[in-house]
Amino acid sequence: MLILSAIVSGLSLGSMYGLIALGYHVTYTVSHSVNFAQGSSVMLGAVLGYTLWVTLGLPLPVAVLLALILCGLSGLVVERALVRPFVSKGSSAWLMATVAGGIVLDNAVMFTFGKEPRSLPSVLAQKPVDLFGAGVYPLQLVIPVVGIAIALGLHLLLRKTSAGKALLAVVQNPTAASLMGIDVQRAVALAFAASSVLAGIAGLLIAPLLSVSSDMGLMFGIKAFAVAILGGMGSASGIMLAGFAYGLVEALITSALGSSYTQILVFLAVIAALALVPDGLFGRAAVKKV
Amino acid sequence: MPISRSAPRLPRLARQIGGAVAALSLAMVLTAPARAQETIKVGLVAALSGQSAKSGEAITRGLQVAIDQINATGGVLGKKFELVRRDDESNPAKGVLAARELVQKEKVVAFFGGIDTPVSLAIVPFANSSKVPFLAVWAAGTAITRNGAEENYVFRVSAVDELVDEAMIDFAVKTHATKKPGLMLINNPWGESNEAGLKKAAGAKGLPVAGAEKFDNADVDMVPQLTRLKEAGADTIFLVANVQPAAQVVKSLDRMGWNVPVVSHWGPAGGRFTELGGPSAEKVDMVQTYSFSGKLSPKGETVLAALKARYPEIKTLADVTPAVGIANAYDAMNLLALAIAKAGTTDGPALRKAFYEIGPYVGLIKTYDKPFTLGNNDALGKGDYIFTHFKGAEIVPVGN
Repeated sequence: MLILSAIVSGLSLGSMYGLIALGYHVTYTVSHSVNFAQGSSVMLGAVLGYTLWVTLGLPLPVAVLLALILCGLSGLVVERALVRPFVSKGSSAWLMATVAGGIVLDNAVMFTFGKEPRSLPSVLAQKPVDLFGAGVYPLQLVIPVVGIAIALGLHLLLRKTSAGKALLAVVQNPTAASLMGIDVQRAVALAFAASSVLAGIAGLLIAPLLSVSSDMGLMFGIKAFAVAILGGMGSASGIMLAGFAYGLVEALITSALGSSYTQILVFLAVIAALALVPDGLFGRAAVKKV
Repeated sequence: MPISRSAPRLPRLARQIGGAVAALSLAMVLTAPARAQETIKVGLVAALSGQSAKSGEAITRGLQVAIDQINATGGVLGKKFELVRRDDESNPAKGVLAARELVQKEKVVAFFGGIDTPVSLAIVPFANSSKVPFLAVWAAGTAITRNGAEENYVFRVSAVDELVDEAMIDFAVKTHATKKPGLMLINNPWGESNEAGLKKAAGAKGLPVAGAEKFDNADVDMVPQLTRLKEAGADTIFLVANVQPAAQVVKSLDRMGWNVPVVSHWGPAGGRFTELGGPSAEKVDMVQTYSFSGKLSPKGETVLAALKARYPEIKTLADVTPAVGIANAYDAMNLLALAIAKAGTTDGPALRKAFYEIGPYVGLIKTYDKPFTLGNNDALGKGDYIFTHFKGAEIVPVGN
């Protein structure tokens, strides 16, 4: 009973981490840079969803669509203002710039949305269903399905379509890619938009399980980054698997030893795993095929 | 030659600033004594912005309504009260600065504190050394009033953590026939101090504790922790957390299908607990010192009417939630006025002595008689706490 409920809740939490981590994967694959404020994009998705649907009373599909479009636009802004100016000069300052951008966004939301946490209602998170003796909300089963579907979609998009192959070419050799007629800057910008949209989807899905507030994304962002590294930055399916593994280990440690040690042990496990397999559990060493 | 051109400007600017400062100080020197004759100033250092802004607003309302009533009957020592507020932003360093400014510049005769125990604890040494009474009306940290000072200038009209823990255990044993408490605590100093208090209180009753589990503010899933407590045989959950994580505990219990009594410290009262936690949040019993719901005393009716008259935004009883801040502040302000009347002066040391001589006073929370005694600067005891629960957005006493 104890183990079983830990497995169920671990897997559903893990799929959330995986879904957010896919956002890191997308930009890394195309540009070798990431938006470290991915957690803030998760929050943005949830806050926009709440504001458009609950506060402004828009129909749910419209609110979701609009929230995701705005998330995508925020991704474009991040790329244009916080990443491109530094990457174009060969600087790694985008790293700090995106972290700072996240802090600015969190605080801006705190002032406009308020600091009181609100609840995003969902019919999928009201009545728990019985799964092997452990209760879960239907939404907790929807999240892994969405996560796996998106991971699969990304994999197919990048490996099987010509547009995807073009994107991969960008990261291999931006100069050559642009000589071949690929608009490198546009590809990178699109990747950041997609990354923020993925985070927004995760935020909208997670919000009914948690609550909507300006600081909800921080821990998710950090854990998801650990998951992305663990899974191997370049592998969408690896990241989803790493997400499940992370959630599972977290829940099992909590149920075996109590929660006081969870964060210490999980992050130690992440460090140990990376020491053993530096490219992630499912990643490949970066080989430049030129 | 930009340097030589700008050089002469600097002294002029400095002169201007200096002149302005001098004029300002002169104005303050001239006006301060004149105003002090008209009113007795009392201060408030509380969170007026940020996450806990609602608490500072509640305290303000309680103080202001009490001050209005006292002033309407002529004030004390022939003078009227005036409230001076400062925002501590829930930050201990800012709280101490604000307290210093209130005492040294505004010359308040006494000042009140806010919701945050760390801020109040930081102010305590300053209050004792400056010999100006500091009245805690929300923060429950045990050491605020039990601070070990020889001459203690800190008084409290609020709950005390250590006594709350005893009251929670007593209530659970009486209401739910608790035999094995399971503790669910927020992972911070507040949770820790209550872990010690609850274990002590349970031990005193001979109850074995099933376990003490921790969680963080942003945790989504407390099923593993709760499952551990369930397997260890816990028959009542004791909850110490603010509204958001407390709501997650309730949701996790729902998912487990575990229908267990939950007895909670007053954290969930500070926010939209039923919105965040769902219908099961109504089953959680919470400590409070006061509730405006149900049958009110004549005093309660008067204060509620005065609140509604002064603050038109109060429309329903859900708008005077949580009532603790309002009620504690209201009673504390009245006790302060009685102490000043008794002392016949606003001089700190005399005022401190007068606090111990306050006679009977029919307050909002209870009828006080000798509320403070040497060695006990807490006006409220274990018997003065009430247990409440949410009903929609309103907080009502248990049994309603």
